[in-house]
Parts: sequence; C-alpha cells; structure tokens
Amino acid sequence: MADALIAITVLWGFVFIYAVMATMDFGAGFWSMVYINREKTRATNIANRYLSPTWEVTNTFIVALVVAVYSLFPTAAYNLGTILLIPGSIILLLLALRSAFLVFSNIATEYKKPLTYISGIAGIIIPGLLISVLPITHGKFVDYGDGFANLNLARLFSSPNVYAFIGFAICSTLFLSSLLLADYSKTAGEMDAYRVYLRDGRLLGPISLIFAFLIMLTLRSEAAWLYERMMDDLPLLLISVAFFLIIGIGLYAPSFFQKGVMGMPRLSVIAATLQYLVASYVYGKAHLPYIIYPNVTIESAFTDPNSFRAVFITYIVGFAILFPGFIYFWSLFMHDKKYLRQKG
Amino acid sequence: MDDLFIARSLFGTTMAFHIIFATIGVGLPLMILAAELTYQKTKDQDYVVMAKRWTKAFAVLLGVGIPTGTIAGVQLSLLWPGFMEVIGRVMPLPFQIEIYAFFIEALFMSIYVYAAERIAPWMRIASLILVAIGALSSAVLITNVHAFQGTPAGFRYENGQFTDINPWEAFFNPSFFVTAGHVALSAYVVGAFVVASVAAFKMRKHKTGTRVYQLHQKALKLTLILGCLFAFLTALNGHESAQYLHEYQPEKLAAAEGLFETQSHAPLAIGGVTDKETKEIKGAIEIPWALSFLAGNSFDTVVVGLNDFPEEEWPPLFIHTLFNGMVGIGSILIVIPLLVWAWRKLLKKDHYPKPLLWILVCTGPLAVLAIEFGWIFACTGRQPWVIYRILKTAESATTATNLSTLFILFIAVYIILAIAVVLVLLYFFRKNTELDDIERAEKKNVPLYSSNT
Repeated sequence: MADALIAITVLWGFVFIYAVMATMDFGAGFWSMVYINREKTRATNIANRYLSPTWEVTNTFIVALVVAVYSLFPTAAYNLGTILLIPGSIILLLLALRSAFLVFSNIATEYKKPLTYISGIAGIIIPGLLISVLPITHGKFVDYGDGFANLNLARLFSSPNVYAFIGFAICSTLFLSSLLLADYSKTAGEMDAYRVYLRDGRLLGPISLIFAFLIMLTLRSEAAWLYERMMDDLPLLLISVAFFLIIGIGLYAPSFFQKGVMGMPRLSVIAATLQYLVASYVYGKAHLPYIIYPNVTIESAFTDPNSFRAVFITYIVGFAILFPGFIYFWSLFMHDKKYLRQKG
Repeated sequence: MDDLFIARSLFGTTMAFHIIFATIGVGLPLMILAAELTYQKTKDQDYVVMAKRWTKAFAVLLGVGIPTGTIAGVQLSLLWPGFMEVIGRVMPLPFQIEIYAFFIEALFMSIYVYAAERIAPWMRIASLILVAIGALSSAVLITNVHAFQGTPAGFRYENGQFTDINPWEAFFNPSFFVTAGHVALSAYVVGAFVVASVAAFKMRKHKTGTRVYQLHQKALKLTLILGCLFAFLTALNGHESAQYLHEYQPEKLAAAEGLFETQSHAPLAIGGVTDKETKEIKGAIEIPWALSFLAGNSFDTVVVGLNDFPEEEWPPLFIHTLFNGMVGIGSILIVIPLLVWAWRKLLKKDHYPKPLLWILVCTGPLAVLAIEFGWIFACTGRQPWVIYRILKTAESATTATNLSTLFILFIAVYIILAIAVVLVLLYFFRKNTELDDIERAEKKNVPLYSSNT
C-alpha cells in the first residue's frame, strides 16, 4: 500500500474513533442536562458518572486528529486551516465553554443547573458544526478568488445537504449516547435510568436513519461524484442498514441473558459502532483520493516521506505504550461494578 | 489595524491566557507529588489534605487549561497555516509525541482523581507520577517547537523548497534541551510559588498556632524549599539560554540587552529604555564588561550589536524591558525564600510577621508575571521571523481578513472563563474548608478525594 494511503487510513481511524467517542461525550452532556430535574431516575447521575473521567481523554482525540492532519498532510492542513477559520474558531469557542463549564458544574454543586445548561447546550451544537467540515471538503463551498481559498458561508448555509449532515450529527449524537448510557445504566443496575435511555434510543434511531437517507438524497444533486462512488459500494451500505436492524433487536427484543428484562443494550452499542464503521468506510473510500475536492488529494498534500516514516513509528510505539493505560482506564470506569454502582 | 497585527494579537492573547493554566498545570502535579511523598515519609495527615486540595484546584484549572490548549493547538493551523505546513513537513514529531504525553496525563489524572479510593496507595502514587511526567513532557515537547523556531535544523532550504528532511535532527535542534529545560524548571517555580502564595494568604487569616495555620505553614515550608531550588536552577539554565542566544540569535540578545555597537568588554544594561532614534539605552544601570562575560565566559567576548543587522530585521526593542522583568523577578524569587530561612533559622523568630506574609503572597503572581514576560520576550524577540531566517511571520499568516470579530469573541470567552474559574475555586474551597478535609482524612472509610459537599 502506498504511504499516502496508509496515512489517510490512520487519519480516517482517528476521525472514526473521535466521532464515536465525541458522540458519546457530547450526548452524555446533553442528557445530563435534559434529565437534571428528574432526580428520581438518576439518569443525570449516570451520564455524569460516565462523563467525569472520560471527557479529557475524548478531548485528547480531537487534538490527535488535528495533529495527524498537519503532520501527515501538511498541504491539506494549510488549505483546511485557511478555509475553516470561521467554523473552526466557533467550534473552539464552544468547546472551551463546554469543557470548562462541565468541570465547573461538578465542582460548584449549588450552581450545577445553570452550569450544566451552558455545557449541555454548547456541547450539542459542536457535533453539528464539526460535521459541517465534511460537506465543506466536497468542494462546492470553497471559492478560489485572487489565488486564495475562501469559504463561502452564504452558500454553505443555504445548502440542504449541509443541513442534512448537521441534523444527522445531532441525532446520531443523541442516539449513540443514549444507547451507551442505556448499557451503562443497566450495568450499574439503575433500571429507571435504563428505561429512560432505552426509550430515547428507540425514538432517535429511526430519526437518525432518516437523516442518513436525507444526506444521500441531497448528496446526489450537490456532490454527484461522491454519491456515485458511494453507490458503487451499495452492498456495504446495505450491510450498514442491516446493522441498524440489529440495533433495533437490541432495543426491542427481550434479553437472552436476563429473564424479564427488555433489551440488550450492549448488542445495540456494538451494532451501532459497526454500522457507523461500515458507513464511514464507504464514505471515506468514495472520498478518495480527494481531501478537498477537487484541488487537494492525498498524494498532493502528503508530507515528506522521511517525516512520515518517523511519525508512523511514533504511532506504533506510542500506542503500544498507551494501550495498557487505556485497558486499565476502561476496567476502572467502564467495567468496575464498584464504580458503576456507587451511590451519590 | 492590519490583519497580521490582529492575527498576532489574537494568537498572543490565546497563548498569554493558556500559559497561565499550562504552567500551573505542569508545576502543580510536582507539588502534589511532593506532598504525597512527604506523607509517606512523615505519616502526617496534613500532607494528604494538601495533596487532596491541590488536586481539586488542579482539576478545576485543567478545565480551562485543556480547552485553551486545544484552542492554541488548532488556532496554529487556523491563523498560521503557512507555518504549520512547514512544521508538519519538517518538525511533526514534537506535536505527535505530545499527543501521547497528553493521553498519559488525561488517563492517569482521571484515575488519580476518580479512582483514588479504589486503587492501592502505590498505584495512586504511580498514577500521580505519570500525570506529572505527562504534564512535563507536553511542556517540553511544545517548547521544542518553539526551540526549533529559533534554531531550525534538520533540512535544507533552497528556492523555497525543503529538502533532505531529517525529522529527528529537527527534533534535536541545537536549543532544544536548554529551552525546554528553562520552561520546565520555571514551571516548577510557578507551581511552588503559586501554592506558597495561597498558603501565606491563609496564614494571614488564621491565628498563629491554630490547626489550619499549621497546615498552611507546612505547605509554605515545602513549597518555599522547592521554589527556591527551582528558581536557582532556572537562573543557571537561563544563563545558558542567554549564551545560546549569543551563539544562534545574536540580534535577539542585542535587543534584549539594548546593545547597538558590536564590542568586546560589552556592558550589561539593567533597566532603562532602548531608544531606536539615538541608538542608545537611556536610564540604565550599566555594569562594565559584564555582558561579554555572561555571553562567552570571558571579558574579551565580542558581543554583536544591533547595528550589524538591517533595521527591518531588528526585534522590537521593548523586549529589553521584558527581559529585565523576567530576570529581575527570577532573582527576587531566589532571594525571598532565603530571607525567610534567615528570619526563621538565623534570627530564630518563630512567627511570620504580616509584612513578610504579604511579600510571600506576592510571589505567586510575580512568578506568573515572569513567565508571561519570558514568553513574550522569547516570541516577539524572534520577530520578524516565525522560523528564524527561513520563514517570516507575515508570510505564514492566514489570508483571511476581518479577524477582529473573532478576536473580540475569543477575548470575551477568555474573560468569561477567567472570572468563572476564580469564582468556582473560591466557592469550592469556601465550602470544603481545611477543617472539613482534615476531619475526613482522620476518619477512616470516609472518602477524601471524591468528597465534594
């Protein structure tokens, strides 16, 4: 495989990991806000128990992602940096408010409500803005007047395709996080919270799927090249839809493992992750070789081969060192019943 | 205002704000570790209480430090795409490796705070050591990029093309160790004196000899010892940094010292204002021959003056004042702990008089101020270059215009965060008083770290 292809695969991997983790993260923040007045179900409590130890780790992935772009594809970083000044800055501002007030809300307990509202609302807007980077790379919204690339905001915000992406991002965020929190609360034995999140998952699943179809529908007229390439992998897209049906089974069928309990949220979480994996693979593959259509390709933007080799080695060494840390972290916060079932 | 100036002001504001939290974020874990280790040695519960309270403060500060760091990292690409394109091509390793340091810090910080009561004591200490290592490495690695900007290496630059790229040679560029060492050591100075400030402030408010007073007195002693030690090491390293400037960026040293004429036996100018018109420094105290000696360990050392460089490549001359401010504060911070020691041990006084405590209260803010001076000196002193003699700042800036709205928005958010973080810290420590924590520490089976009432 060519180096540039390996590099874009690494980048895609980061995008995918961050997308999944960020959905869980921003979604959990939002749910913790929604259920803040329903103390009896402890739904907010569960969301916070997931969120408190994980948000920093999730946040590190977005930095890893940005660093991967500029160290693997410096020319793409140049172009993206120029184009994304406005949306990127807004994302950063929201992210700052969101993270800071999330921490503050856990410390200043008396002011928990207003602080949670700020972080919850800022948090749910972020995925919508983050995903708008995808349609921007489709090229239609970038002008190349007087030699410099420029993002045409008016055209961006009058595109149905962009809105489909934004809607999809927000719904998916809520959908995936409710699945995860359903699983989390079930493991924690918080059945009231479990029922709340199970219901949310049932509601949001179909809406997310509708938005996914809307993306494809609008993509057809707005970025036909991408649509056609994606349709070349129709079997994979159908597999992705099949995973969606498995999510449904996990949400509606009675549990195989526990008598008298509805739903197998763990199955849904895994199926949802696989569904997004397959779908994002099809999207990414169709997007190649363009990073920004039609001017920046993975070949033209690729870094120096020596630098790539050095960076690639640090990836292998770095993640080999980090891996036990991730496992330990996971066992303490996602797996340890003592943590999950604590009071308060 | 032109766009370049706004871009620089915006990024400068981000860095000036972030650096406060970043520096404390590097320094504080070492203080927490020192408290934890002292506890292991003395079995005095007060040190556990300190570790807990500092950890809480650290967690709150991270709430601002992490997102502002994210802003700084991404803003580099947004405001300086030309610069990051070069960095991505030639010098990607520090940022890349810093990610792993980040991960280590984030993973083990959460483990240290949220799993404190569930893991073995040795594992807690190990987690804390990993947090401290993670924080230190991030600082060292980020500073490495700054070092590279001053002493670029690891490539050939011909006709606007970068060839023969060797990313590890770029990584180990000449000033890496000395510059990174300076940032690391000075971060510990800040960590120590910020805690010392708070301790002195609290001692002012409690009667001598009370339980709370004793707690803060122990904290003060611990941090003054560490602060003095690191301030001294920073000074030694700072001397070496200046010699590196002499060798690699002579016009920066010349501007820092307000030296125009190239000469041996050059004088060291302290204070005063550099005048661009008359090409001399006004109102400074001059120590004859000293600069030559500092620059090259010999009075015969020829120090290059600004006149040897074209004026458009001069750094802004106000950096002389920043340089003096940084060095001055650094020196004061070595002396103050020694004075306290002399007062206590030589004069055998067992109380801290109010004026002395007030002086100690000032040390933390002064240390932070010195960091700000140092960074502004180091970065504006490199102008007009973003990568010394390779790439000009103006050439690397974004082509986007109308940055002023963004500038205002970022300032507004920083102000909100600054106010909120102070209020949250005040709120938390008012609600969880020292006595509450001492009580929790003394009772077994009562969670201390996860306590928050």
